[in-house]
Amino acid sequence: MKNTIAERVADFIKNFPPFDLLDKAQLLDISKEVKIKYLDKENVIYNVNDPLHDQFYMIYKGAVKLKKYINEKLETIDQFDEGDVFGLRPLFAKENYAITSITEEETILYCIPIDMFHQFIDHNKEVRKYLIESFASNTENPFSNEFQKKLLEDDVKLDFSKDMFEMQPVRLIKNVVTTKQTSSIKDAAKLMSKNNVGSIIIEDKECPIGIITDKDLRLHVATGNYSIDDEVSKIMIHPVMCYKKNITIAQAQITMMKHKINQIVVTKDGTPNSKILGVFSEHDIIVMKGTNPSVLMKAIKRSNSTKDLKRIREKIMMLLEGYVDQNIPLTHINNIIFELNDATIKRVIERCIEKMGQAPPVKFAWMSIGSQGRKEQLLHTDQDNAIIFENTDDDHLEEVRTYFLTLAKKVNKRLKTIGFEYCPGEMMAKNPKYCLSLDEWENQFSAWTRETGDEELLLCSIFFDFDITYGDPSLTNQLSDHVLEITKNNLIFQSKLGASSLRSPSPLGFFRQFLVEQDGEHKDHFDLKKRAIMPISDAGRLLAIHYQTKNINNTAERFEKLAELMPEDEELYLSCAYASKALLKFRTKHGLRHHDSGRFIALAELSKEEKMKLKRCFKAVSKVQELIKLKFNLKNFI
Amino acid sequence: MKWGFNKKNKTLPEYWSRYESLFLNPPKKTDLNTTTFVVLDTETTGFNYDKDRILCIGAVKVLNGYIDVNSAFEIYIKQDYFNEETIQIHGILKHDKLQTVTEEEAIILFLDYIQDAILVAHHTFFDLTMINTALNRLGLPNLKNKELDTMSIFKATRLKSNIIDQKKRYSLDELAEYYDIDLSDRHTASGDALITAIAFLRAVHTLVKTKQYTLKDLLKLK
Repeated sequence: MKNTIAERVADFIKNFPPFDLLDKAQLLDISKEVKIKYLDKENVIYNVNDPLHDQFYMIYKGAVKLKKYINEKLETIDQFDEGDVFGLRPLFAKENYAITSITEEETILYCIPIDMFHQFIDHNKEVRKYLIESFASNTENPFSNEFQKKLLEDDVKLDFSKDMFEMQPVRLIKNVVTTKQTSSIKDAAKLMSKNNVGSIIIEDKECPIGIITDKDLRLHVATGNYSIDDEVSKIMIHPVMCYKKNITIAQAQITMMKHKINQIVVTKDGTPNSKILGVFSEHDIIVMKGTNPSVLMKAIKRSNSTKDLKRIREKIMMLLEGYVDQNIPLTHINNIIFELNDATIKRVIERCIEKMGQAPPVKFAWMSIGSQGRKEQLLHTDQDNAIIFENTDDDHLEEVRTYFLTLAKKVNKRLKTIGFEYCPGEMMAKNPKYCLSLDEWENQFSAWTRETGDEELLLCSIFFDFDITYGDPSLTNQLSDHVLEITKNNLIFQSKLGASSLRSPSPLGFFRQFLVEQDGEHKDHFDLKKRAIMPISDAGRLLAIHYQTKNINNTAERFEKLAELMPEDEELYLSCAYASKALLKFRTKHGLRHHDSGRFIALAELSKEEKMKLKRCFKAVSKVQELIKLKFNLKNFI
Repeated sequence: MKWGFNKKNKTLPEYWSRYESLFLNPPKKTDLNTTTFVVLDTETTGFNYDKDRILCIGAVKVLNGYIDVNSAFEIYIKQDYFNEETIQIHGILKHDKLQTVTEEEAIILFLDYIQDAILVAHHTFFDLTMINTALNRLGLPNLKNKELDTMSIFKATRLKSNIIDQKKRYSLDELAEYYDIDLSDRHTASGDALITAIAFLRAVHTLVKTKQYTLKDLLKLK
């Protein structure tokens, strides 16, 4: 029987070693026996000491991390992503698994039966060689483990930092910028500037014959020794220092120090006489290690693929974790993480506009809405965004919208790949309802505030907190003015907004007990978002609208501004500002601890101090709710 | 009934009795992990249940969270009736080199393949009506299997908010986009069955995790 699915599987696996060493019939035979498995994130595939499975794995989609006990602590030793093969131990050893493997994100695995595969190892020397090598480098190998122990016991104390960073293989930059030896220095420099790189490889028949770095331009050209019209071969450094794939970071660093270079070229057989596979620079080491905001920022601006941005985002999460652990003030953390996320989104938009192959037909702005618009988005949360573009005549309106919808679709998709989940309510720029011209947005907002039902209130609470991420600020400014204008004396709207902000019950019940969820998955958990964060940001938004504070979206900043405007209530507002920051930090901490959004908190887990802190925050929430009740005449509520 | 099926003067073929006997015993208590699901898709000459015919059935079994490639089912049916308009969608030509079987042979293989598994498809109603019509043409009653629709399952994972149009029908393309599933082989029955199967696993996983759905709850989805 024809098996299209097996052909599909074969099509994928043939691109990756060791399967690239097999012929078509062999690939199809294997593919027919593959099982496809879907796993959620943080799912264990196998644990240390688990009996061996009768299959090994290839990642079709997603990522997997390998963990191992080092000094009695479970540490990540390697990460795999699409096309990587792991879990090879059953092919070579009889004992149980020596490491744990856990999915890092949603993952689809191809499970390849060992039995089936043995014949290929037995009959194909190349495959066998590859597997043994990769098995050895996977640190599943008892030998390398022993070896490291011995190093540690020696008198020299080596600092094997967390994750054994130096022992990881280097991650190659694969889109190498190259030129021919006959091209001029000027053209080479232009290419370097265009690609934003510090070096360029001179290639001939795909082999590296020389390299030029920024430094060479400074030494040889800026000094006037050579003209910019000279050929690059005049100033290039050659031969090029080449290495094989799978060189470790430690090796790369030593080589760079030894030869006083900051670039390594990786070729197929490790000599300058074979095909270039990629480059690796000192800068990339810093980025790989990188938990330094300025390095990350630079990396974001230089990144040229969604995959890069995804890796950088993982680093950002590590940075966040470190900051929260060290108790660094939240405002500071918030600003840095916001700037990094913001730069990531900007970079994605920039790249997508390039990909469109056509400049935007009119001015536009990419708006972040909801928590991101309020700069309160610290963890992986949904993407909420919208597009506003300049008014055009009716004839061109749809044409213009089509352009921006296509752009938005690209951006939304890439943001998802990077780690910003799609908004379940579809409040995203790729939704034609939220990709509007300035006039259309103004009409939309007017309509929502004129006839306000539950749905409109919800929409206002998300869309009114818009913040410009990319594009022309004059558009968002005009929209802000419009919001102020339509809400200014609209007391009906304000009181409806007030009523809705009181809908989430006060977080503390009788006797100052916590209100926990009564049923469902989160039974006995406390819903931090619904019961505390939402009420306080709702209150902040309402008061900001009422007192017409323009261009402040962040809840804490809104309350600080209110405190400034109304000294008589200063104490209350400042306590709200404090509470909003504390709650956000609380959520971030819990989210990082449990690898989720941090929304639901198990009461039993809280320390006494944490409970006290939370209660103090809730006091501020109920006080501001009281104030809203009085101010907007909502006594009948609650 | 239109197809005039009559128990008295016609004994049902052996393959049908074999299939039917699987449903005699009351179903064992099963859960999501021990139940076999057959995720299927059909390519047809068109959308008219009476006039149009099945060109191809593609299916794959899902058991215990695994999609078993080895269990893939893919069968092409000889055609007398042809609708030129739909050829461009699925690309199966009347005299293609593919090995084909008669409608009855296809049904025999299909019944033998699905047994009493729960059938899953995207817009199940369409595929199963096509198959049932084919059964009826052979003088057989409708399929007896329980069924699930990935459309309803996906819908259940979405927010029950009035912002999203409750009546919205999600296409397989939309599901694939949402779950980031590769769309190669789209519009081949097997390719679509695989896409549906992956979407099925992901959506069911979400429902089990966030809403504690059981198999029973899934079967109740409309």
